[in-house]
Amino acid sequence: MRHILAFLCLIPAAAGAQDLTVMTYDSFVSEWGPGPQLKQGFEEECDCTLRFVAPGDAAAVLSRLRLEGTRSTADVVVGLDTNLMAEAEQSGLFAPHAATPALDLPIEWTDPTFLPFDWGWFAIVMNKGTPVPHSFEELAASDLKIAIQDPRSSTPGLGLVMWIKAAYGDRAPRIWADLADNILTVTPGWSEAYGLFTEGEADAVLSYTTSPAYHAIAENDPSKVAAIFNEGHYLQVELAAKLATSKNSDLADRFLAYLLTPAAQTVIANTNWMYPAHEVPLPDGFGDLPRPEKTLFLAPSEVADIRDAAVREWQAALSR
Amino acid sequence: MAGRAFALTVGAAIVALTLGTLALVGLRAEGGWSTDYSALRFTVVQAALSALISVGAAIPVARALARRRFRGRGALVALLGAPFLLPVIVAVLGLLAVFGRSGVLNQLTGLAGLPRIDIYGLHGVVLAHVFLNMPLAVRLILQGWLAIPAERFRLAQSLGLGPRGIFRHLERPMLQEVLPGLTALIFVICLTSFAVALTLGGGPAATTVELAIYQALRFQFDLGRAASLSALQFGLCAMAVLLALRLSAPGGFGRGLDRVVDIAPAGWRRGSDTLVLVLAALFLIVPLGAVALRGAPILVDLPAGVWWAAARSVLVACGSSVLVTGAALALALTPGRWVDLVAMLPLAASSLVMGTGLFIGLYPLVAPEAVALPVTLMVNAVLALPFAFRILRPAATTLTSDYGVLAQSLGLRGVARLRWLTWPRLRAPLGFAAGVSAALSMGDLGVIALFAAPDRPTLPLMVQQLLGAYRMDQAAGAALLLVLLSFGLFALLDWGGRRGSAL
Repeated sequence: MRHILAFLCLIPAAAGAQDLTVMTYDSFVSEWGPGPQLKQGFEEECDCTLRFVAPGDAAAVLSRLRLEGTRSTADVVVGLDTNLMAEAEQSGLFAPHAATPALDLPIEWTDPTFLPFDWGWFAIVMNKGTPVPHSFEELAASDLKIAIQDPRSSTPGLGLVMWIKAAYGDRAPRIWADLADNILTVTPGWSEAYGLFTEGEADAVLSYTTSPAYHAIAENDPSKVAAIFNEGHYLQVELAAKLATSKNSDLADRFLAYLLTPAAQTVIANTNWMYPAHEVPLPDGFGDLPRPEKTLFLAPSEVADIRDAAVREWQAALSR
Repeated sequence: MAGRAFALTVGAAIVALTLGTLALVGLRAEGGWSTDYSALRFTVVQAALSALISVGAAIPVARALARRRFRGRGALVALLGAPFLLPVIVAVLGLLAVFGRSGVLNQLTGLAGLPRIDIYGLHGVVLAHVFLNMPLAVRLILQGWLAIPAERFRLAQSLGLGPRGIFRHLERPMLQEVLPGLTALIFVICLTSFAVALTLGGGPAATTVELAIYQALRFQFDLGRAASLSALQFGLCAMAVLLALRLSAPGGFGRGLDRVVDIAPAGWRRGSDTLVLVLAALFLIVPLGAVALRGAPILVDLPAGVWWAAARSVLVACGSSVLVTGAALALALTPGRWVDLVAMLPLAASSLVMGTGLFIGLYPLVAPEAVALPVTLMVNAVLALPFAFRILRPAATTLTSDYGVLAQSLGLRGVARLRWLTWPRLRAPLGFAAGVSAALSMGDLGVIALFAAPDRPTLPLMVQQLLGAYRMDQAAGAALLLVLLSFGLFALLDWGGRRGSAL
């Protein structure tokens, strides 16, 4: 046992200077995520070794970085989202990146520190054939039973709370109260809710407008559809950033630039099932998905101000 | 003497990993203390109901199993180990296949024109906890039944006592010894429930303390709140264990000659035993069957990575099982209330706080990914220890009171005592404890996420990754593989212990 431990401890020490450590969420680096292909692509051109660290979901990534503080060995973080951005900024752990390349987002993006690498609209995903609502009010009036995620433990769950807040403002508690009898249950994370939907227990689930593309392309199953709402859809932008403590600052900048190249963007779109931040051709069933006409978005600083109150409203409305 | 030193070391290790990690998190905290009263209330109510109903339902099942012999009895006893080992999301989906909106039960009530059954709410949470814990309770009570020497039953029969008299003079004292500790065990298990409570609770009214801890650590980065909530869980656990120790009375049946005696009463009791067994078996087998049917078709073409992950998990499980069984035996043979309390601590530990504390402690020393497997092994061992301890404790106490004096007068100690006294007398509970530890170590995930090496996942992490990548079918297959491997390890070790006994 002691020998194994001693051996394992040597691994980080043996790593050379040209070694880039990227911290990200777990599904990014799984066999089916963008991680393995991005690693291969970047290593071919950088003459370096790329190492992933994945301590859990996006919220876990930020909390781990805060635990590590200035001692962190990570150079780049990939996968924070706009709802976590204000807190990430406040932590003071991140440094501005070299240059913002041209971006194709539904909103203007100028932040010097956090660089978007993909994005998507939250949406209620359901089966074709069930009556599709066109707004939260229609959803509340229907008999549909939907699985959602808890905003206290999941980023999509928090996204939904922000969505309703952005769309309805002070009327949000009323909307939640009307939705209460349509909410089948609240799960800790995205995968439990999505599982309830694919197993047929829930009629619909909170996910992304791009979710049907996975089923159409990877499973040859065209039966899933995202309901497009008139009030607009809340935007989630996934972000990458460079750590202020990185000892490989130039290499980190090169990696951030690489993330926005057509090659990397194609990989990300086809494995992460989100829209690319820099337009690249998308396969049939993905590129031609219906898109909402209106995009809702709250600036990160605004999210930080209203988040706790909005979650309390959600909790109060659904606890009755 | 060496045994006592070993027990003290094990105790110190447990305290370090539970209270020590909590202290590390508390020391890093900047905010003050705070609690969440509505979450606390819901947590205690659901845990108390789950524990009382699990144990209440387990008594008739254990009695029926103790006094009846039938074909498939061994298989049923082994199956009792299975629900307890299911990964949470798999157990929930299995239960929903039966009790859910489109589940078997609602299809039947639909045919009969009855109103739909809605599983979401406090009752759903309790139902799931009973499904997960009642079988464990049956096994532990059954052990108690079979520990009553057959000579006592024969004496009772020759004195003309009927089933009622036997209950009063033999079975009730046994239950008094076993039930308090068991109820406390299940109460504490349910105390830290998180995913089951939230998913089947139907909404934020079903918030548990563990969820509040999760929120504090992940979204608010409020280490002080996380630490104080976790301390609250330890407090509740300590109260439950101390209360159980007060209520529990030693059985004091004395030694027997290990003969098997037929105690099956005839008449209506035969019918009621049969009914109880059929209902219990259905309650267990139908949801388990749903899990098996869902995963079976995918089992043959799982991606290669899954098999590697499975190999890693089996390795961890075997290592952890050896560690746990040894440590639990040392503790179980050591008298004293502190042992009961310390051995229960890991159950009350919030896995997230434990993981965070370990991380704070280890991060300055070593890269977390580099020690992922050893840390998984150790943490799983500590988390499984309370179960192994609870399984071994009653039998070990009886062993000491029945044979301690004799062994001492013979000068039987050290390895010889283990070889000639402890092993033969504790073989069945040791096998069961080793099996449960191995299977539990296959499953747990909570602590390890912070340390996980992304390119070397264990099987539960793999299931999580598949679920996160939309691959629900493959996740169902991999989850079934996880269940089969856990159950296989469990059944193998358990069978090794039970071979040749009446259990």
